[in-house]
Amino acid sequence: MPTSPSEHTTPDRTADLAVIGAGPAGLAAAVTAARLGLRVTLLDAADRPGGQYYRHPAPALGATRPQALHHGWRAFATREAALRAHREAGRVTYLPAHHVWTVVPAGEDGWILHAVAGHAPDETPAALRARHVLLATGAYERQLPFPGWTLPGVVGAGGAQAMLKNNLVLPGRRVVVAGSGPLLLAVAGSLAAAGATVPAVVEAAAYTAYAPQAPALLRNPAKLVEGAAYGGALLRHGVRLLTRHAVTEAHGTTRVEAVTVTRLDGDWQPLPGTARRIPCDALAVGHGLVPQLELATALGCATRETADGTAALDVDAEQRTSVPGIWSAGETGGIGGAELALTEGEIAAHAAAGRPAPAALVRRRARLRAFADAMAAAHRPGTGWTGWLREETDVCRCEEVPAGRIREAVRDLGARDARTVKLLTRAGMGWCQGRMCGPAVAALAGGAPAPDRRPLSCPVPLRHLAALEPQAPPPASPDAELPAPGH
Amino acid sequence: MMRSPRELVGGSPEATFPVTFDGRELPAQQGQSLAAVLWAAGILAWRTTREGGTPRGAFCGIGACYDCLATVNGRPNQRACLVPARPGDSVTTQEGTGHADLAV
Repeated sequence: MPTSPSEHTTPDRTADLAVIGAGPAGLAAAVTAARLGLRVTLLDAADRPGGQYYRHPAPALGATRPQALHHGWRAFATREAALRAHREAGRVTYLPAHHVWTVVPAGEDGWILHAVAGHAPDETPAALRARHVLLATGAYERQLPFPGWTLPGVVGAGGAQAMLKNNLVLPGRRVVVAGSGPLLLAVAGSLAAAGATVPAVVEAAAYTAYAPQAPALLRNPAKLVEGAAYGGALLRHGVRLLTRHAVTEAHGTTRVEAVTVTRLDGDWQPLPGTARRIPCDALAVGHGLVPQLELATALGCATRETADGTAALDVDAEQRTSVPGIWSAGETGGIGGAELALTEGEIAAHAAAGRPAPAALVRRRARLRAFADAMAAAHRPGTGWTGWLREETDVCRCEEVPAGRIREAVRDLGARDARTVKLLTRAGMGWCQGRMCGPAVAALAGGAPAPDRRPLSCPVPLRHLAALEPQAPPPASPDAELPAPGH
Repeated sequence: MMRSPRELVGGSPEATFPVTFDGRELPAQQGQSLAAVLWAAGILAWRTTREGGTPRGAFCGIGACYDCLATVNGRPNQRACLVPARPGDSVTTQEGTGHADLAV
């Protein structure tokens, strides 16, 4: 085990702008800022740029047509080429496999970013300075529990997509896709294209919920065409789309063998007598996305509640957060998709460079944000979803806390928010630190969605913490946090 | 004929090599995560939970949920969806915390 007393600082200079996350928003921001003359450091937890959206097979997998798994690949390919050119010219320092776990103020110098670099068991600490920081940390999937959701073979819809795009594998041959949101159509389309049978896409919302949003939809004809293309692909593959339905139970002993699909009322309450069984060997499920905000909330950035019922960063017209020097682009400011993320990244880069954003970018952001808000409102979970929980259904997967215990904490012990439930039941205190159960626990507690508050955004070996210079303020939060696995 | 992800994207892996899961040899492609190697072999569970002892495997696929924890080359609690497969890797089913040897 290394015993070095201090972190190595990479690179040996202060960047004008550190961009955290190399997905669509961060990648677009980094290359735009470099073009405008800033010295940029781009850090990303993954080994290759692209984020969750443009995940693609590792080079060693030898895929000759990675774009076959993607929509809008050219938008990525042009930015990736620009990133290569800027790196060669020394304008961008790109640090893959760097997971930033905290950002701390460094007085007039700006900020210090601390990261875990590399992969276990060989990870090393890294730190760097930057005058400005752009948070483009993206999102992860929102999960609503149901009986059987911990069975092997029940996987995240985004997880199935990520494993397919990254590794060229499927969780099964006959995969039901369920939950809510536009991601489901994309997931079903790619699973089917890759050879899976998809008996149904089960969508809890009704597409008639889009009707009141017609103006935002009509201003985005390209998005409607995209939606129609997904619909067409599903038809070609013989996939049924069941709207206002949910998977309310997964069946099986050691792995999923079938699911029960039930019709929902407008509030997502299951309607009695409408259940039917669909045999399958995997279920890909997700209910939209949750902005990933650990770094931002630790810095004190203000949040707002979005139309789909999640907490997102409150940003101004130039993508500034409420903390001077900290910017946000993409899903951290509210779920909106790759095209909006690219646009916001470019606007933030202009602003950080002290330039006005081109009017066309600003117009595109307004148009796409309106579309995103319309979709978010249509797919916001109805309150009736808790009707498909049983008392013994685990809500917190890590600590195995069932719905009954959480309801008891609310009903008998007076818990009114997710934090109190956590203290009373341990829901959210396990490995994932509430990333999976957080939205569900908040809903059961009757509280508003709480933004992430985790002092460490990823597992950090204790020896890295121990090696921090004394003047670095410790992450301030009373919440419990786990040390890195295996340390 | 059944279509596969490989046929969709074309090409072939630079290298394939064996890894073991509970002593059973599985084929791995260079560039795949250990979770992907297991999925490709039809294995969806490789650990049991601390309380209920129920089986778990990969769920979120992006390193956020920690359901895919495995013991890799004797080191417990590794996120199999993030760990790249390397020649000769040995994955073993992880029970509970993976630290039963520390129990008193």
